[in-house]
Amino acid sequence: MTAARDVIRASTLLRSVVLVLVVGLVLLVLSDQMSAYRDLQLATGAYYFCVLAGLTVLAGSSGQISLGHGALMAVGAYTVGKLANAGWALVPELAAAAAVTLIIGIPVGLACSRLRGPYLAGATLAFAVGLPALADRFPTAFGGENGLTINPPTPPASLGVNFPLERWQAWIACIGALVVVFVFYNLGRSGVGRALRAVRDDEIAASLAGLRVGRWHTLAFTLSAAAAGLGGGLLAVVTGTVAPGAFPIQLSLTLLAGVVIGGLGSLMGAVWGAALLVLLPNWTNDLASSFSLSTNVAHNLPLAIYGLVLIGAMLAWPSGIQGGFRAIGRWAGPTIASSFGRGRGKTTTVVAGEPSTEAPAAASVAIPPAPEAGAKTPSES
Amino acid sequence: MTKFIDLTLSGISSGAIYAAVALALVLIWRSTRIVNFAQGAMLMFTTFIASAVIDSGGSYVLGFAVALASGFVLGAIVERVVIRPVENAPPLNAVILTLGLYTLIVAIAGMIWGNTPRSFPAAFSLRGYTVGGTTFLFTPNDTFIVLVVIVVAAALAFLFRATSLGLRMRGAAFAPEVARLLGVRVGRMLTLGWALAALVGSLAGLLVAPSVFVGPNNFDPILIIGFVAAVLGGLDSPPGAVIGGLVLGLALSYVSGYEGSALVPLAALVILIIVLMIRPTGLFAATRERRV
Repeated sequence: MTAARDVIRASTLLRSVVLVLVVGLVLLVLSDQMSAYRDLQLATGAYYFCVLAGLTVLAGSSGQISLGHGALMAVGAYTVGKLANAGWALVPELAAAAAVTLIIGIPVGLACSRLRGPYLAGATLAFAVGLPALADRFPTAFGGENGLTINPPTPPASLGVNFPLERWQAWIACIGALVVVFVFYNLGRSGVGRALRAVRDDEIAASLAGLRVGRWHTLAFTLSAAAAGLGGGLLAVVTGTVAPGAFPIQLSLTLLAGVVIGGLGSLMGAVWGAALLVLLPNWTNDLASSFSLSTNVAHNLPLAIYGLVLIGAMLAWPSGIQGGFRAIGRWAGPTIASSFGRGRGKTTTVVAGEPSTEAPAAASVAIPPAPEAGAKTPSES
Repeated sequence: MTKFIDLTLSGISSGAIYAAVALALVLIWRSTRIVNFAQGAMLMFTTFIASAVIDSGGSYVLGFAVALASGFVLGAIVERVVIRPVENAPPLNAVILTLGLYTLIVAIAGMIWGNTPRSFPAAFSLRGYTVGGTTFLFTPNDTFIVLVVIVVAAALAFLFRATSLGLRMRGAAFAPEVARLLGVRVGRMLTLGWALAALVGSLAGLLVAPSVFVGPNNFDPILIIGFVAAVLGGLDSPPGAVIGGLVLGLALSYVSGYEGSALVPLAALVILIIVLMIRPTGLFAATRERRV
């Protein structure tokens, strides 16, 4: 028993395989028990998770934020839309969605690797506003305002005639999400992850150590773009339609809200964020109908809450839900904290959950902290 | 040829509006080193206020004045309530905060006025001038836009260069510690900077509203383009912002005229990327080392 545990501890690859299998099994059982509607929510959460995982890896391991991930989702979704209509099978078209977005991500990442803070935010924001307009400009290729329609995937006959489509979609989306978990989990604990964190924590020290800062930033952006593309492709598969209206600037801001409230830098945080993005519109709808609010109010309530979340998080709780859990873990005692912190702590220190002794209010989501503060930020082992 | 002249003229008029938005962003950047991504939402909100005043029977001038005043107040409130705590935090916190503010204001506007865009009256006639039998696309309203922006830019230049208040504001922005020692109320100056910026922003909203209509999301491209103009000018320099706005106005007018208006935001993005690749801090900014 202990020997087996030691082996699992020693090998990141093995640990990630176990993790993916266990989570996959839980999701399988869960999806089997749930109604079609809940399955659809699970599918939605799974594709949001892919994008949020990409964002959180970007922010958490290289200290960049992107407001362009809504547009990158559009790239993935349109790829799936075009290929599905050209008769491609599901797996290759999803792989192509990730690949195409990855390729698009290279020039964007190259451009962004030189930018910092507000410049980066502004450039990616312009990307998010500008890109979906291409669909309007080339209506024959991208279907204009109405976009493309995709036939829903058919569950294999071996699952039975009455197998609900939503459950099949949930399975597809969850497998996509698990692939993302597998890749990012291993990457975060490899030389690549360490290099990215070194670049994030101190660019100058990292470049003195021989790391090409710009290249690592570009790599982080590209990987995160691929995850966003996969998420967008899954969105196309789940919703059955791709239109520019599905990727407004609000989508990018919503994603940002999700990743901030989940806590930047941890995959677990991306899970919380995805759950929030799926459940919040539901809750606010229920709330609106039980208080008989007008449709204007009901439609805009989730957006208002995302806005409040972003503002409140920056003012009061910069480490998000996952950071809060970790704080509770630390408070509850060293034993629990260490068992929770093990492994996970390595990727998640980013959140700067531990504000150094100076100014706790300045606890940063901002990963490369202000230069002065940078020297004092406890760097991880 | 007529088309080229038309595009040039309308480029100047829209460039004036971009210049105003860029000025609003630059004013805030100078005073607090924050890019106010909520600017687009703030000017949208004040334009909605003007629209509401006009709809309920007020005159255009009254709506105009109310919008400017509410912009001034909104800017001051935003700075005091939400921006003050992050002024010394890492830059990303302020970015996320202003984006949250953007989201919140857009949602509130949608709750109050709905998401369907409505029309907005222009100050002057929208019929083009006729010279020697040819009617140009430049209208009396465009003349008004250009004149207003010139007056505002001149007034700001006068304020910052020739008045004691402007000197105190500059002192508070560039050397807060020293300014404080000399008796300048630094916090108050920063609030004033935000209020002035929001006022200029709401002016831009009023000027552009007749052509984009008033809706919660109708001003998003204006913000992006204003940001690009501000970056073109170096984010730090008001004259740079005005020049950036005009250059961008002309460039985008040609793109829109010859390639279609859908490409305008994308063209702005391309220009932004090219400029940032050549000069990562903008064309007019003094070069500065990133501090270690």
